[in-house]
Amino acid sequence: MKHLLDTASLDREDAVAILDIAEEMALVSQREIKKLPVLRGRTVVNLFFEDSTRTRLSFEAAAKRLSADVLNFSAKGSSVSKGESLQDTIQTISAMGADALVVRHSGAGTAHRLAHTGWIDVPVVNAGDGTHEHPTQALLDAFTLRRALNGFPASGPVEEGPRGRGLDGAKVAIVGDVLHSRVARSNVHLLARLGADVHLIAPPTLLPWGAETWPVTIHYDLDEALAAEDFQAVMMLRVQHERMHESFFPNAREYARLWGLSAARLAVLPAETFIMHPGPMNRGFEISAAAADSSRALVLDQVENGVSVRMAVLYRLLTGQEETND
Amino acid sequence: MTQRTVLDAPDITRAITRIAHEIIESDKGSDNLVLLGIPRRGVPLATRLADQIAEISGGETQASELVGSLDITMYRDDLRGGSYRAPEPTRIPSAGIDGRTVVLVDDVLFSGRTIRAALDALADLGRPAKVRLAVLVDRGHRDLPIRADHVGKNLPTSSSERVNVSLAEIDGEDAVTISGGRE
Repeated sequence: MKHLLDTASLDREDAVAILDIAEEMALVSQREIKKLPVLRGRTVVNLFFEDSTRTRLSFEAAAKRLSADVLNFSAKGSSVSKGESLQDTIQTISAMGADALVVRHSGAGTAHRLAHTGWIDVPVVNAGDGTHEHPTQALLDAFTLRRALNGFPASGPVEEGPRGRGLDGAKVAIVGDVLHSRVARSNVHLLARLGADVHLIAPPTLLPWGAETWPVTIHYDLDEALAAEDFQAVMMLRVQHERMHESFFPNAREYARLWGLSAARLAVLPAETFIMHPGPMNRGFEISAAAADSSRALVLDQVENGVSVRMAVLYRLLTGQEETND
Repeated sequence: MTQRTVLDAPDITRAITRIAHEIIESDKGSDNLVLLGIPRRGVPLATRLADQIAEISGGETQASELVGSLDITMYRDDLRGGSYRAPEPTRIPSAGIDGRTVVLVDDVLFSGRTIRAALDALADLGRPAKVRLAVLVDRGHRDLPIRADHVGKNLPTSSSERVNVSLAEIDGEDAVTISGGRE
């Protein structure tokens, strides 16, 4: 495993191995010295061509806990705004000596391109490419779910956690703007690969072409779906206004009424159903304050687990010699 | 390939019993002891030592409070080369290691690099009063200035030979064998 570009090509064994390493990494956070010497003297470059708070901070914290040096690049205020091309930017960074790239870009396939063009020969981690994939988000969601569904604390250090297990038999709903969501794509592939029964619930205008070929069950009505199925977790997606250049629904109020996780819908859900959201949340829109702040919400656990999972990914990609078959 | 057995199951049991007595004697009791096994085969050895020590000291100390494991994977000096290694669990007894006598337990002492890594790992976990080393087999050929305090058996070997330790908890039987080497 040289790069982490998507979850569609991640096999179950590698995914479970990463989640298990993340369990060990979570234990480091309770120590007095919250640092491991694994990446001492190596440089991880965070390349963010698109806005991000939690993902960039989370990758930075993860790399620093592994003792790596971190260089942060954001396109705003850089030579990219003077018109520098992606190739020149990458080759400049390569010349400064990077040992790994963490890339977020609005163009789908950017991470794949960096991994395969030969502009730079280091492991590449996709931190979100357009509407394509966001594999570390899916891994941290799977980590959080695996903890919660097996009766462990959803975040924090746990000595004998759910190691070695997948998500077999778990019924998970992903609700909302699937069309623009890289989180949804990554989760569909990863959760299904781990054995979960994944359901997509969305208006037809917010489902991508070809969604019927995914390993999912599709519903077009939130209330009907919630009534018909006993979901163990419901993942609400952010409505991505910044990617919407057409009208996908009549107006915000109608979307909130038909597709939002309101207090009334929260009351209908079984008491043990967990609520997830990749953040940032649009409160009162796709998720009500009642749902976001309820005791069943795992939103902050997801953020906390992000650091452990990203430490595990960097550890997996940057230690050991590379197998020649990529 | 030739293979000969150098320690059988009763030999291993006797060695562990003797080391348990040595540890108690050198520490004048077991109140302040922590036994940390280095995965994988150091862990069952540390557990057996802890059981013996708890028995010898007359049930005053619980074996489970004495014993833990210390993974050194993330402290290795060859992490970048070689094949990828998954980390093993590190479990420290609830009382911690600060101010206590830590006995590191491993199956074979060879180059000393594992113990070097273990000392680094220990320093990140706390500040023990003393650190000692107990090994089932010392086969020589050290790369680093490290020695064991308690040795089950000193085994002169040539560096081309392989020392294989099997333990019932992991391999289904207890045995130490030597294989390979020049004919």
